[in-house]
Amino acid sequence: MNLALPALVPALPALGAAATLAVGRRSPGLARPLAIVPVAVSAVLALVVAIQLGTGQVLDAATRLTPTGGPEISLAIHLDGYSSLISVLVGLVATCVQVYSTAYLKDDPRYPSYAALVSLFTAAMFLVVYSGDLIVLLVGWEVMGICSYFLIGHHWETEDARSASLKAFLVTKLGDVPFLFGIFLLGADAGSFRIEDVLRAAGDGRLGHPTLIALLLLAGVAGKSAQFPLHTWLPDAMAGPTPVSALIHAATMVAAGIYLVARLLPVFLLSGAALVVLAVMAAVTMIGSALCALAQDDLKRVLAYSTVGQLGYMAGALASGDREASVFHLVSHGAFKALLFLAAGVVIHAAHTNSISAMSRIPGLRKRVPDAYWTMAIALIALIGLPPFSGFFSKEAVLTAAEHAANGEALTNGLGPASAVPQAAGWIVLISAGLTALLTAAYAARLFLVTFHSPAGAALPAAGGAPAVADHEPDAPYSPEPDEADPAVAEPPAMRWPLWVLAVPTMGFGIAGLRSDWLPALLDGGSLKPSAVTAVTGTGLAVVGVLLAYGAWRAATARTTEGLPAPAEPGRVPEQAGAPAAEVIVADPGRALLGPLFGPARHGFGVDRLYSALFVRPVEAAARLVRFLDREVVETYVRGSGAGAELLGRVVRLAQTGNAQTYLSALLAGVVLLAVLVAV
Amino acid sequence: MHLAYPVVLAALLFSVGVYGVLARRNVILVLMSVELMLNAVNLNLVAFDAWLRDSLHAGQALTLFTITIAAAEIGLGLAIVLLLFRARGTADIDRAIALGDPAESTADVDEAPVGTEALKGRATA
Amino acid sequence: MSAAALLAATGPLDPAARSFLSPTGVEIVFLLVGIAVLGSAVVAVTTKQLVHAALWLVAALGGLAVEFLLLTAEFVAWVQVLIYLGSVVVLVLFGLMLTKAPIGRSPDADSKNRWVALVVALASAGTLVTLVVDAFRTSWIDLGAGGGSAAVTGASLFRTWVLPFEALSVLLLAALVGAIVLSRGAGRRVPAPRSGRIRAGRPVGSNGTVAQRAAAAPPAEAPETAPAEES
Repeated sequence: MNLALPALVPALPALGAAATLAVGRRSPGLARPLAIVPVAVSAVLALVVAIQLGTGQVLDAATRLTPTGGPEISLAIHLDGYSSLISVLVGLVATCVQVYSTAYLKDDPRYPSYAALVSLFTAAMFLVVYSGDLIVLLVGWEVMGICSYFLIGHHWETEDARSASLKAFLVTKLGDVPFLFGIFLLGADAGSFRIEDVLRAAGDGRLGHPTLIALLLLAGVAGKSAQFPLHTWLPDAMAGPTPVSALIHAATMVAAGIYLVARLLPVFLLSGAALVVLAVMAAVTMIGSALCALAQDDLKRVLAYSTVGQLGYMAGALASGDREASVFHLVSHGAFKALLFLAAGVVIHAAHTNSISAMSRIPGLRKRVPDAYWTMAIALIALIGLPPFSGFFSKEAVLTAAEHAANGEALTNGLGPASAVPQAAGWIVLISAGLTALLTAAYAARLFLVTFHSPAGAALPAAGGAPAVADHEPDAPYSPEPDEADPAVAEPPAMRWPLWVLAVPTMGFGIAGLRSDWLPALLDGGSLKPSAVTAVTGTGLAVVGVLLAYGAWRAATARTTEGLPAPAEPGRVPEQAGAPAAEVIVADPGRALLGPLFGPARHGFGVDRLYSALFVRPVEAAARLVRFLDREVVETYVRGSGAGAELLGRVVRLAQTGNAQTYLSALLAGVVLLAVLVAV
Repeated sequence: MHLAYPVVLAALLFSVGVYGVLARRNVILVLMSVELMLNAVNLNLVAFDAWLRDSLHAGQALTLFTITIAAAEIGLGLAIVLLLFRARGTADIDRAIALGDPAESTADVDEAPVGTEALKGRATA
Repeated sequence: MSAAALLAATGPLDPAARSFLSPTGVEIVFLLVGIAVLGSAVVAVTTKQLVHAALWLVAALGGLAVEFLLLTAEFVAWVQVLIYLGSVVVLVLFGLMLTKAPIGRSPDADSKNRWVALVVALASAGTLVTLVVDAFRTSWIDLGAGGGSAAVTGASLFRTWVLPFEALSVLLLAALVGAIVLSRGAGRRVPAPRSGRIRAGRPVGSNGTVAQRAAAAPPAEAPETAPAEES
């Protein structure tokens, strides 16, 4: 294969980003083509590369970057089924997002820089996917992080966006530092930063500290993929524009951590402890985020927590030793979550609010955005995991992998012995995944029902063209889009057709895992077929979840229509005093389902508050101490030196009388002194 | 004759000259003190000439040269002093402090305004 | 001069014959004249009457001429009398007159630097006297008549020292020209100082003109009290 093709895939969006930045401000007409064309061409090239590579092939090429004293750093490309698959996904989602953004951010004055950052981000993701060298991978990894920081803070006029971007940056950096050390340790142990050399070393058992390396790498993965201790940045990151959430925080960047673990899975298989840690991490993440999602009022936050949970699924699959299932779920999730976000963007665009309870009060929202309604339904079903949508197959693959691991016969597909995966990891993943399936179904059903099928909305079908003023829960962050179109105007086609493009893989991609010569052949060659037990159990749990949510919703709706006060939320304040619309109590099944857990879950179980107490306040206290030391101690010395010099100057100035006799006296006194010194 | 007599006399004379140079206010008196110092050196030269019985009489020849140079020096010095006097209206060395720090110099000037004005008046004439 | 001759020149070191307690006649005369010279010099640098200082300088320089004679340097002594007493002191007197030095006692003849000057002078005197006494305590001058006669000095001057001698004549010429240029040129360039413009402590430009520095001007300007005496 011509190596120029895979090299062009990351290079084109990077060049496009530079060009967009360079000319975007001066000639805004060029910004849109410059944003879309390179990314689209890259997507096509990625597809071409994948087809040329074929299934079961591996391509490795490297050129040495620079001589170093230690392990060498090389510009290496590593192409296999995984990278092909994910690069195609990245290209597809990025192209859809760029097209969608042209309409979504139509009147944004900062559109050129936004588009350039999205292009740069795409380039970095391609680099991560294609790189065969850990250091080069790290470069892409960090570029993604900084792009994410800038894009979350795109609406930097709002306090939310600023603090969210800072939070995302700091929290991911918190994971990246151990990650960096992990890479160094890995490179030092393996004697090379090339991934194939590392994997070979892992296979030969030449790695000295597999557990330490795996745990250090896991820290970075937890940061990037928003796993339990470091997941807090992702829900807040929804302050960014919705297409950014779709691209970065649903489909691609958060998948980078999963992808990295998948690539380095043989290293992780050397350490049972790391796998158990990963499993626990995934389990806590899954269940906690699903509970949180059930309580959120912000549409995008629901999706964000759902993303965190689905990433937990992928991590769980990895903990079970089956990277095929993980990547399978990654791809199908990337498709349907990007679709969900883009559809949510359309809904938010139309409703002028992020709050689902506010949306529920908007009459005729369903009729207003039919494309979003239907595609969202499709994507939510995929998320719930009902057959035959893609989510079903990929989730079942995860469950199957966990089941096998629990039985002690993990599906490692030849990467390591099945006994390398502790059974405990399998059990943890299996139980938490089942529970999460139930919760996922519940919150997905709640989201859909509350948003589109509330009695308020149904009571006045298509009553008015202009809905009421957007009002939302006071504590739900709303990411305002300064360029939002008039809600009465239908969304432009550029915002609608990417939904249907993404709906196709959402519905059909799952089939690819059925035959072992389709998708599995591209990957490790294992089976992705769901086993009967888990399929029945998983689907059953999902159906139970949906029914529970529906029942709770019906009960809540009945209570509301009967005029019975729903359990009052203590912190709820009418936003516009005297506005009767704010007093309408929304039937929220989550309140009934969660019971006393509802309050904590809405606030992310206080993890943020815990971090604030544990880290933010001590750091602030330390900063105050440093400020005090700087102002009062260091500055005193500085001022003292200044005052001393000034005093000395004043004293010395006294000597500058201009009187020659004084000077001469001093001179002669000095001469006498010297003479005495010499003579004596 | 002991050599100590002339050299001690020369040393004391030199020190008196030093005192004069440093302590006198009038520039011409300072020049006179410089002459004293030069003469102390001359005395040394002559004494050592006599002590060493120099066949070249280097000491005496140098003394003559010194006297010549001293004459030239006093001529030029007086010309400069006259110039200074014409420009400033004073021949006091501690008034010629233009190189000093301005803040200090004004303080000095304010000390003796009367004398300055008197000199100025004469300079005008 | 060879080393042996040098040794011979220093004379025999006979402590009995060379005691300071039994001075020779020449020594006594030298000592007395020296005291006179020193006294006149001290008075010259301390007296409050400026013209008297010049006259005391005459006494000191004349005494020095006597000392030169005692050291057998006749020619130098006469040159001293001629040049110093004849011309230098006259020049100094002229300078005093031209700068309108006050006749009579002037209480501000010494600057504020006097005590520093005294300390420095005493220190240098102490150092020098200690050093020379320590160095030349036992040295003896053998005075022979005619060592500094006009013939001998003239011979050495025009034989050995003729080149520096001629160079000195050029120097004198240069000094002459310089003095004339300074006196005349400066007189032409500098405008007559106008009243109220001249103030001591003002900077003078390199070409001799008075620079106007408003920034450094002292705020208080004394009124013109002294009218021109001689106009």
